[in-house]
Amino acid sequence: MRDSLGRPQTVLLLGGTSDIGLAMARAWAKQVDGLRVTLAARPSPRRTSAAADLERHGCRVRELDFDALEQQDHERVVRAAAEGEDVDVAVVAFGVLGEPERAWQDPHHAAELAATNYTAAVLAGVALGRLVRDQGHGMVVALSSVAGERPRRSNFVYGSSKAGFDAYYTGLGEALRPFGGRVLVVRPGFVRSSMTEGLAEAPLAVDPDTVAAATLRAVASGREQLWVPRQLRPVMSVLRHLPRPVFRRLPL
Amino acid sequence: MLDLTGLAQVHRLDLEAGVVEVDAGISLDRLLRVVLPLGLTLPVQPGTRQVTVGGAVACDVHGKNHHTAGSFGRYVRSLVLLTGAGDAIRLKPRGPDPELFWGTVGGMGLTGVVLRVELELRRVETSRIVVRAERQPDLHGVMDALREHDRTAEYSVAWFDSLAQGAATGRGVVMTGRDAVRDDLTAAQREDPLHVPASRRVQVPHTPLCAVNGVSGRAFNEAYFRRAPRRPSTRVEHAFGFFQPLDGLQSWNRLYGPRGLVQYQLVIPDAASEVVVEVVREVAASGHVSCLNVLKRFGPGTPGLLSFPAPGWTLALDLPVRAGLDAVLDRLDARVAEAGGRLYLAKDSRLPRRHLPTMYPRLGEFAELRHRADPGGLFVSDLARRLGLHRPTEGNLHDA
Ligand SMILES: Cc1cc2nc3c(=O)[nH]c(=O)nc-3n(C[C@H](O)[C@H](O)[C@H](O)COP(=O)(O)OP(=O)(O)OC[C@H]3O[C@@H](n4cnc5c(N)ncnc54)[C@H](O)[C@@H]3O)c2cc1C
Repeated sequence: MRDSLGRPQTVLLLGGTSDIGLAMARAWAKQVDGLRVTLAARPSPRRTSAAADLERHGCRVRELDFDALEQQDHERVVRAAAEGEDVDVAVVAFGVLGEPERAWQDPHHAAELAATNYTAAVLAGVALGRLVRDQGHGMVVALSSVAGERPRRSNFVYGSSKAGFDAYYTGLGEALRPFGGRVLVVRPGFVRSSMTEGLAEAPLAVDPDTVAAATLRAVASGREQLWVPRQLRPVMSVLRHLPRPVFRRLPL
Repeated sequence: MLDLTGLAQVHRLDLEAGVVEVDAGISLDRLLRVVLPLGLTLPVQPGTRQVTVGGAVACDVHGKNHHTAGSFGRYVRSLVLLTGAGDAIRLKPRGPDPELFWGTVGGMGLTGVVLRVELELRRVETSRIVVRAERQPDLHGVMDALREHDRTAEYSVAWFDSLAQGAATGRGVVMTGRDAVRDDLTAAQREDPLHVPASRRVQVPHTPLCAVNGVSGRAFNEAYFRRAPRRPSTRVEHAFGFFQPLDGLQSWNRLYGPRGLVQYQLVIPDAASEVVVEVVREVAASGHVSCLNVLKRFGPGTPGLLSFPAPGWTLALDLPVRAGLDAVLDRLDARVAEAGGRLYLAKDSRLPRRHLPTMYPRLGEFAELRHRADPGGLFVSDLARRLGLHRPTEGNLHDA
């Protein structure tokens, strides 16, 4: 159960090796002694070292094998995470950036992107929605992206999957409100992480720790959407309304 | 959620013996409005009458006379408990089943639902209190005065300035009182010595922002201190105004805006009195602003397994939620636990779980009792889930 200052006792990371998700867990660990973190991800050395790192930060860590593309994994993992203690915050942090040019031409790659970023995210949402209703409380943090707000030529397959993701979790937030649940949709811009390694940095780029700090504040104050950095909200608002011939010519 | 306010009847009132049997959902306000005109009152009255008798039992509440009268549970002759098995059983402090009785008194509703309560009342000649107020220039003055009044005053409580620093740290106003007798009243008041005012409550509207901030808080603390007379002074006040000064304002919590407030109340044994001083200093230096700051003496507690009061000092603060509050209160928790003190569960919304076994050493006994009364784990609350109270053994294992 989260306390009146918004601090969770247990956190579930779906996509347990996400840089942003792990930054959040570390930030919460600083506020909460003995925080329980469940890392749900495919088994990998990266997951093992993330678990060890969180233990050094005083967390009680559990690793669960989770493949977002396996339909039955979502329900199973969410149930396992809630065993013994409620899940106070679940972070939906899995996703792939893909290769933009391949993604709109190669059917396998296109399907993989859509399946991971949208279909699997919806399945996670179904499982989390059931959990929140059973518990009568719970917060879902959904890592969306400003890329979903207006599709750009340069990565529109990813953008379209995040547009669907964003719409889904925004709606799930409304659906869970009467059951005591909350969904926070986080829309970061360019985040310097292993996902974006080697890419040219976009303006207003931020680090995972910045996204984590802003998310923790938003969770504590019960907000439902968040842009990181903050300036992206007005920027995206303008971009969304630009006529297409103008938008097309922007160096984005 | 179970709402018992629909069960609010007075079943039996024995004027001779001063004993009343009521449904647990009756509010203290309603009950007092029935018995006070008959010259009877509740021996323990918390800072609001807008609570039920069941809630007062479940939290074993205390009032301004704890140092002389103890807490609510002491006046419960018997109660009817609906257990997880579906049985309604009558419990008494000395049996049948005294363990379950004292697990239920202060048990935060986790042993079952209290359906009925048989309560001892106290006789009064008037519905008024003779109140004496004195200003004290610093915390030591406040504490010395309160200690002094342990023996002499029926009621005692102090408000302290939570913002003053340096030599004025913890300056405050010490209020003591006793039940007024007919002779204390004016001729007009003597016409109706047991007068009970009609309920009139002012509604606070929703506020988009927190009205309690550095500026208003500082002004309030300063004004409250200045308003009190420099020399000790005495006046006659209605019991409602003396015991429940906030009850005139409905939804006063809205003043704290959408993020709300954290109530923080601790008790510290006499042997660790210096921790009270540390807490007041730390809060004053923290930049967090509290206006309702209460310091009071507690006398001996009841045998309630999770009952809060214990001999020593109790200190209460109402703090608006702001960034950084968590770290300040976490530090205070650790000091309180170290000093052998505890926090009041009725007001808690953020205590880290690990302090619980230190603060409430009889948690294990409580777990066994709960297991017996509610083996299916039917009765659960958000407080219980956050603190692991409904399955304390598990909660403690996780921390090991
Ligand atoms: C302005 C203000 C001033 C206060 N001043 C004081 C004070 O001076 N001293 C003090 O001790 N407390 C004080 N309190 C705290 C208050 O007295 C307790 O929280 C009280 O228990 C609230 O009772 P309620 O009927 O509203 O119960 P709720 O808030 O509904 O419930 C409180 C707890 O009691 C349990 N409970 C309620 N009814 C039953 C029942 N029938 N059977 C079993 N369990 C039940 C619930 O499960 C829950 O754990 C104050 C609170 C406020 C808001």
